[in-house]
Amino acid sequence: MSPSGTPISAADVAKVARLARLDIDEANVVHFTEQLAKVMGHFSDIDALDLSGVGPMTQPFPLVNVLREDVEQPCLDTDEVLAAAPSSDQRRFRVPPIIGLDD
Amino acid sequence: MATIPTTASGIAAAIASKQISAREVIDSYLAQISARESDIHAFNLVTADAARAHADAIDADIAAGRPIGPLAGVPIAIKDNLCTHGVETTCSSKILEGWKPPYDATVVSRLRDAGAIMVGKTNLDEFAMGSSTENSAFGPTRNPLDTSRVPGGSSGGSAAAVAAGFAPVSLGSDTGGSIRQPAAMCGVVGVKPTYGLVSRYGLCAYASSLDQVGPFATTVADAALITEAIAGHDVMDSTSIPQPAPALVASVSQGVAGMRIGRVTDLPAGAEPEVIARLNEAFAALEAAGATIVDVTLPSLSYALTAYYLIAPAEASSNLARYDGVRYGLRVNAVDTNSMYGATRAAGFGDEVKRRIMLGTYALSAGYYDAYYGKALKVRRLIAEDFERAYAQVDVILTPTSPVVAFPFGDKVDDPMAMYLCDIYTIPTNLAGHPAMSVPFGTGAHGMPVGIQVLAPALGEAPMFRVGGALENAAGGAK
Repeated sequence: MSPSGTPISAADVAKVARLARLDIDEANVVHFTEQLAKVMGHFSDIDALDLSGVGPMTQPFPLVNVLREDVEQPCLDTDEVLAAAPSSDQRRFRVPPIIGLDD
Repeated sequence: MATIPTTASGIAAAIASKQISAREVIDSYLAQISARESDIHAFNLVTADAARAHADAIDADIAAGRPIGPLAGVPIAIKDNLCTHGVETTCSSKILEGWKPPYDATVVSRLRDAGAIMVGKTNLDEFAMGSSTENSAFGPTRNPLDTSRVPGGSSGGSAAAVAAGFAPVSLGSDTGGSIRQPAAMCGVVGVKPTYGLVSRYGLCAYASSLDQVGPFATTVADAALITEAIAGHDVMDSTSIPQPAPALVASVSQGVAGMRIGRVTDLPAGAEPEVIARLNEAFAALEAAGATIVDVTLPSLSYALTAYYLIAPAEASSNLARYDGVRYGLRVNAVDTNSMYGATRAAGFGDEVKRRIMLGTYALSAGYYDAYYGKALKVRRLIAEDFERAYAQVDVILTPTSPVVAFPFGDKVDDPMAMYLCDIYTIPTNLAGHPAMSVPFGTGAHGMPVGIQVLAPALGEAPMFRVGGALENAAGGAK
């Protein structure tokens, strides 16, 4: 259930899939909507909890910024990395056009 | 030819003392893989030639009197979400099929430095998302004890590899129970160390605040041995605890006299009756061995599932954004980058990964962040505080590992919520960042193994292994 009390809708799922860069067809939107609604229905159990005054916990232990000495170190081999790429050109990753054709 | 020992410690000792060669050991394990792998499918890749060459190199070192590592010649299976330099690493996903990482995970290089020999990369639920290994893009792994049943997951291949005798030890990763639950279902030992004790560098990220690498083994002592070998600070992981690896093997045989063992009086319901019966026998055995059983309450535990299935997908939706067809893995060509992303990810990810990415994206999206992700983080705090109160009274806590024994294929695969409930007892540990292990303790329904889980506070691996060792001793007499 969403906070407003209405279950996740097919329109929500279609929007979320678009945000997550996942092409899914209409039949799958229906399928995923049913499954996600069931999962999210279970999540309403925490609505009963009084969480006022409870701080969020994002990590098991507090994180500190970790810096190393600014000295040269070996890094990944460029040719080896580019060899794993679907497409490369002039020692760079090659991608289709970025702008102009998006919906 | 001498008999091949069945434990990592036995193999290392026999090779170091020249009773047996590393080549004889690896050939014996590779023969076992040849004999049964087609029935089990524990591996995405068996690296037989490289393993034999590595064994020959170790034998040459021994013959020449050169120093060898403490695990020299010990075969080990590696979960296929740990990067291995030049060796295909897939996460059991079509989106990474064929990818050869340009570097080794820290745990992989540490094991190699210690002399361990990789026999192959083990199957998993795609990107470690699942509890049965049925979500692998390359087909499920079958439970060696009953091939009509799942091995658990997500590290089902690593658990099955040890249970089937394909390797004495293996590595898995545990985000919500992915080492402990398959260990329980395959009747082997599985350990999830304290968050930060073992480097995550080179572990393909699922949920970074929860993920941790750990071992499977046939004995508690072997599990301690491998934990020692992979633990300790790593500059390549900013969450790595800046301490050397602790000594743990000695703890296994120390006994539990005087220890305080927690029994959770408000344990979430749902465990099979045989599982609860084994748990009660485990308490009795520890009490007989000199421990005191103390009742504790963990009132927020029942909310852990909700917190986990909001936090883990939220982190996953961010972590898995990197699989976009640009730098590695699959690309589905399209007229522009945005279409290429959508088509590549649709073709490359399986349904469970898509579900979790969408769930996480939804929980983090505008208007829902506070209601879902923000709230889940507060529940996480409540669970950690529950544990803190409990560990003021006890040294460790005992629960079942899985509420159910290994189930038949297809039982839960299209019912995500039923599948998620398999993790109800293992998830809280990951949320708190604590260590926990599963120790085989008798059998339950259908004669399938039951695992008892030992939970300990942060960096409480030593008391955890003490209790694990005592349970292993007592398990001989368990039903």
